[in-house]
Amino acid sequence: MNANTKPPAAAERPAKGLGKGLGKGIDREKLLLAVAAPVLALIATMVITAIVLLCSGKEPFGALRVMGTYLGYSDYQVNTLNQATTYYLGALAVAFGFRMKLFNIGVDGQYRIGAFFAAVAGGAVNLPAVLEIPMIMVVSMACAGLWAGIAGWLKVTRGVSEVITSIMLNAVAGSVIAYLLNPKRLALAVGNDVRTPKIPDSGHFFSFNLAGGQLWGFIIIAALVGIGFHLLLNRTRFGFDLRATGRSESAALASGVNVKRMVVVSMLVSGALAGLIGMPQLLNSSYQYSVDFPAGIGFTCIGIALVGRNNPVGIAFAALLFAFLDTVANPLQFNGYQVELVPVIEGTIVVCVVGTYEVVRRYGLRRQQSRVGEQLGRTGPTATDTAKGVAA
Amino acid sequence: MHAVVGENGAGKSTLMKILYGMQRPDEGTIAIDGEQVALHSPADAIARGIGMVHQHFMLADNLTVLENTTLGAEKLHGIGGRARARIQEISQAYGLGVRPDALVEDLGVADRQRVEILKVLYRGARTLILDEPTSVLVPQEVDALFDNLRGLKEEGLTVLFISHKLDEVLKVADAITVIRRGTTVAEVDPAGTTSRRLAELMVGSELPSPEASESTVTDTEVLAVRGLTLTEPDADGVARTVLDGISLTIHRGEVLGIAGVEGNGQAELVETIMGMRAADSGSVVLDGKDISGLLTRARREAGIGYIPEDRHRHGLLLEAPLWENRILGHVTEAPNSRRGILHPSAARQDTARIVAEYDVRTPGIEVTAASLSGGNQQKLIVGREMSGDPALLIAAHPTRGVDVGAQAQIWDAVRDARRRGLAVLLISADLDELIGLSDTLRVIYRGRIVADADPATVTSEELGSAMTGAAANGNERPEGDTP
Repeated sequence: MNANTKPPAAAERPAKGLGKGLGKGIDREKLLLAVAAPVLALIATMVITAIVLLCSGKEPFGALRVMGTYLGYSDYQVNTLNQATTYYLGALAVAFGFRMKLFNIGVDGQYRIGAFFAAVAGGAVNLPAVLEIPMIMVVSMACAGLWAGIAGWLKVTRGVSEVITSIMLNAVAGSVIAYLLNPKRLALAVGNDVRTPKIPDSGHFFSFNLAGGQLWGFIIIAALVGIGFHLLLNRTRFGFDLRATGRSESAALASGVNVKRMVVVSMLVSGALAGLIGMPQLLNSSYQYSVDFPAGIGFTCIGIALVGRNNPVGIAFAALLFAFLDTVANPLQFNGYQVELVPVIEGTIVVCVVGTYEVVRRYGLRRQQSRVGEQLGRTGPTATDTAKGVAA
Repeated sequence: MHAVVGENGAGKSTLMKILYGMQRPDEGTIAIDGEQVALHSPADAIARGIGMVHQHFMLADNLTVLENTTLGAEKLHGIGGRARARIQEISQAYGLGVRPDALVEDLGVADRQRVEILKVLYRGARTLILDEPTSVLVPQEVDALFDNLRGLKEEGLTVLFISHKLDEVLKVADAITVIRRGTTVAEVDPAGTTSRRLAELMVGSELPSPEASESTVTDTEVLAVRGLTLTEPDADGVARTVLDGISLTIHRGEVLGIAGVEGNGQAELVETIMGMRAADSGSVVLDGKDISGLLTRARREAGIGYIPEDRHRHGLLLEAPLWENRILGHVTEAPNSRRGILHPSAARQDTARIVAEYDVRTPGIEVTAASLSGGNQQKLIVGREMSGDPALLIAAHPTRGVDVGAQAQIWDAVRDARRRGLAVLLISADLDELIGLSDTLRVIYRGRIVADADPATVTSEELGSAMTGAAANGNERPEGDTP
């Protein structure tokens, strides 16, 4: 499974010798299946996209060639990485909820609320960079977390589905921001633009100067959050409780997990992660929240989390893929393809991925069951004797 | 007319489900008229002339008999006059006396059952399976039903029926198969047997022997439940008292068995003690410490091991590997974690220990819990719950759906732990298990402890009748009395 999957220590214990053998076999197969699913999904996507292109009277593989060309340009690479940083953080936020079967659709509203208040706070105070940047991030995470917490709280106290509340809170978030983003309240009118006060220089996150342009330094934060996500889920009690609840709420309850508390805490954490989505944009690029602050990222991130199987590594690949598709949308248009092509491809990926993952998952489960049955059936009641032979 | 008899959980219903194509057998074959068949669904079974009358009727109350009969079989004779004629024809041929235009909701139980039989015949069944057909009928209706069945037999149909009412079986069956714990233990000719002999076959003569292990009961109280009362809304939203002033005490080294027909509050009692349901009043004291206000996790940490009734829903993460299942419910305890940080390698090692000690048949600890057989899953759970030396083990149906070998191993594990001073609350529908394992028996009926019995002297029959609320044997206990 992972690096520290130690085979049970004692080889002199026969039953374990056998366990080791099959255990490894199953692991290799698990890995193979894990790779097979996205590859199958991508192939299916290409086929479907080709059909769509054919129907619209275009040469089906031309688009692929265009993409291939732009993949080699350094400025497109940097743009892809910058966009992927944002997507990665958002997809982690969604995945956190998914891991315990919470469908946080409200990531979109959460990050906008977070980014808005963070921009206001950042523009209002001027602290040294070591304080200014964390302060802005904390404000964003706290506001976004609390916004998501509303949905969690309603779920446990009133039994309202978080799907409904979180998506409705998106609309509320939009209205709240529209109300406050007004020269009479928290914003300034600069020419035609309405925006929050600029964040002082101390609140600017560093960037890498590359041949292709400015690579946002926030990519490092994103990577750290990914590692933290993995450790929190797989190496802590809290993570175990969360995954247990996601796998079987009834078993988690019987095992002593306080499921209601978990729901609220998970929504808070998911929202806090969502609070990071706006940060690369705010701290590395715009330094202000204006009416044209990117919206709608939260929904893309739901798809990315699905494609990445809610796993930090998978999500990294999915985020890169989606970010790349977004950046090549313009060149595709220059080359005579419709603007809608990229959303069509992205949508197709999500549908294919969800389908193939489920098929592969069921296949894997069944296969393992039958393999275990076979193994035990063959050795039968004298498992130990046969195993001794194997070990020797 | 063939009867299949056996105790609760002996596998009768499973067998019938396989015959009717609702469940697939792991091994073995079914032959109809000498031809081997594979039944994948009830539709297959119907096509082969097998029909089933379920214990719980499957009729739409607001439709007429005609509509219920043709529902899903519209292609046979339409839904109009032809269907009606056919229904009347069948009804007359077998003396069912069914009125096609009566609304099902106006019919009595016996009439509904006849509609069910008619439905099956209408679909062309030549073999009828009846699951406990007499359990809902009064004696006169039973006689009428048997007359109907005899009529069917005379017409050349085969009737297979499941029952545990031995006198009835002897009265009507031409052949009897007795099954126990999933295997056929005898095939008997009703003419040459008695109900007493049948009962012995059903229960099995080798009753577990309580005398084999001397009593280990001490006088140290481990669990004391006082006046536990729980009210919950039922399906209609009406508040119902599920537990009514339950009091019991379990000592170190004592196994206290709770006997009762299922649904009389056993599950609720267990879940209330575990903190999964909040009691309205009463207290639970473990080792002298009141744990009534604690959450489930704190109760587990205080030393309660819990073998849940439904291992798939409450005991396991089916899609997680065995070692993660080792952690489930014990995530805060050594060796699984320290100061909030999981310790997967230690958990893996301890899982390997459980696998070896409890003879869990598995090729390794990385396989998912779902790939193990029920018995091995249960052994893993038992091993897990025994780890960390609990003071009290709550075992709800610990051997349900478990093969005979695993059952004996689980019993041994419980006996061993009891010898080491474990207190056990045992809930079971298997009376032999209760009598064989328990030091003390209580009978629960409608959420109240209504009787107690001495497992050394009580018989399954006596216990059985006490469970129906008759409390003929055992001492009638005044309300609120403590054991």
